[in-house]
Amino acid sequence: MKYTTETMLVGLAAFLALLGAGFAADEPFRAHAYVLFVVLALATIVLMRRIDFSGDKMIPLRADGSGARPGGVATTRSESAASVAYMDDVVRYGVVATVFWGVVGFLVGVVIASQLAWPDLNIQPWFNFGRMRPLHTSAVIFAFGGNALIATSFYVVQRTCRARLWGGNLAWFVFWGYQLFIVMAATGYLLGITEGREYAEPEWYVDLWLTIVWVAYLAVFLGTLVKRKEPHIYVANWFYLAFIVTIAMLHVVNNLSLPVSFVGAKSYSAFSGVQDALTQWWYGHNAVGFFLTAGFLGMMYYFVPKQANRPVYSYRLSIIHFWALIFLYIWAGPHHLHYTALPDWAQTLGMVFSIMLWMPSWGGMINGLMTLSGAWDKLRTDPVLRMMVISIAFYGMSTFEGPMMSIKSVNSLSHYTDWTIGHVHSGALGWVGMISFGAVYHLTPKLWGRERLYSLRLVNWHFWLATLGIVVYAAVMWVSGIMQGLMWREYGEDGYLVYSFAETVAAMHPYYILRMLGGAMFLVGALIMAFNVYKTIRGDVRREVPMGGARTLQPAE
Amino acid sequence: MDFDYHAMRAFADSWGLLAMALFFLGVVGFVLRPGARRAADEAAAIPLKED
Repeated sequence: MKYTTETMLVGLAAFLALLGAGFAADEPFRAHAYVLFVVLALATIVLMRRIDFSGDKMIPLRADGSGARPGGVATTRSESAASVAYMDDVVRYGVVATVFWGVVGFLVGVVIASQLAWPDLNIQPWFNFGRMRPLHTSAVIFAFGGNALIATSFYVVQRTCRARLWGGNLAWFVFWGYQLFIVMAATGYLLGITEGREYAEPEWYVDLWLTIVWVAYLAVFLGTLVKRKEPHIYVANWFYLAFIVTIAMLHVVNNLSLPVSFVGAKSYSAFSGVQDALTQWWYGHNAVGFFLTAGFLGMMYYFVPKQANRPVYSYRLSIIHFWALIFLYIWAGPHHLHYTALPDWAQTLGMVFSIMLWMPSWGGMINGLMTLSGAWDKLRTDPVLRMMVISIAFYGMSTFEGPMMSIKSVNSLSHYTDWTIGHVHSGALGWVGMISFGAVYHLTPKLWGRERLYSLRLVNWHFWLATLGIVVYAAVMWVSGIMQGLMWREYGEDGYLVYSFAETVAAMHPYYILRMLGGAMFLVGALIMAFNVYKTIRGDVRREVPMGGARTLQPAE
Repeated sequence: MDFDYHAMRAFADSWGLLAMALFFLGVVGFVLRPGARRAADEAAAIPLKED
């Protein structure tokens, strides 16, 4: 494959990056432009060498070639669908990127958890907590979660529409453009370039790039839907589309800002004061609602029925789930600003809508869980399905906890404490992480044409390490957060606060160490997954005793 | 600009709210209408048709 035009464009972009470094108005922009130049220059060299990344060449096969996959690059293993050649290479890349960024994001999480417990680990200035924390959040949400969403959405939309991805190589632009966004965002944080907006820290030029990539993503997804051969648009695609469209809207509005210089890193928000705060949390909460919930619900509505080999429990409930979620979620953001300068009515509105959200969330959870009705025995033998089920259970748990924490009187205790951190992680590690792991395990053998995963026993190890890691993490943060909240509000008889802030920090030290251990268990699970996925791609199959009481089926002798 | 904050807010909690509530009820009614079950069952089977 030759990409002549693309190579020239990337080379030109590398040159422009070099010019940006030369004419930079400030030092951080200069450093960042050099990073961009190096990345683009390397990409140009790779493109010029015309390395063929397609199919099996991605990861070296075993020397005897026994792991080779039959068939060409564009594969259709289903005989009935032989007329459609699905575009799966980009999905394969997406799966590998998901695993890679997952490990990176969890590792940074363990590092910053250690920094909180042992402040000496803050390495100034690039690796202090302030710069590493957005690196962690962006790596897990946008790099790990985003790649999982892009890869699975490309896979699901093709299978449920029975149509090849629209736009030819545009899907590749989406994939590589998104990786460039991740690299620029991550290096920017470490260089100290930040807008300081929660989950939207990248500066204006990185935001503009993401906007271009995202519009291309929308075009690929919509184009595929338009040329579908299946008359009905399956509900998973509704959720994916809602995620893409809403994130586009949120991203553009939240990042409206004016750069100081077009060759400088600094920009100022178009909003000020409480309007700015509300815009940020309108974005921030709906990033949770539409990125971390709607997108991954799309995943749930495809991969749980596939893995269980049963249709979803109630398709009509799934449609009501969709519309109720869409109508309610967008108003919940103000619950992040209780007892602030935000008008009281807006705070109450956010709280009421958050509580109403409990219904669609639990409707969806019941729908996902009941898909297994009549097939619960599969949980004993299929750790991949078990992973998906525990993710739905965590979805139910954290969507119960969230509305409860949005109630003003609860929030007055929980806000600004570790309870919030624990809540976020039971949702992010439990729901988002586990459903993504399930999807990765489901996809890997299919995409590379393997009979099965390298080892189901290792999936079982991953399952237990991750589950116990989350339980340790969330439980510790509950204790720590409630303790912190209670210490902050403790008055003595003389009317003065009993504890100084530093005393509450000292009291949390043991919990911070335990939290780091919970995160480390989760990380080890992810490393096991990376190994398992690598071996599966290579075509190895581990000889092992099947999961769950296979011996009971043996005839009596 | 001929709209202001108060006009927008008054619209949002009257006609805007009503329109969205009616749309939502319409969706629920449409999904639960008699005869929708078969269409829903067919749609639910879509993922299982392919590999």
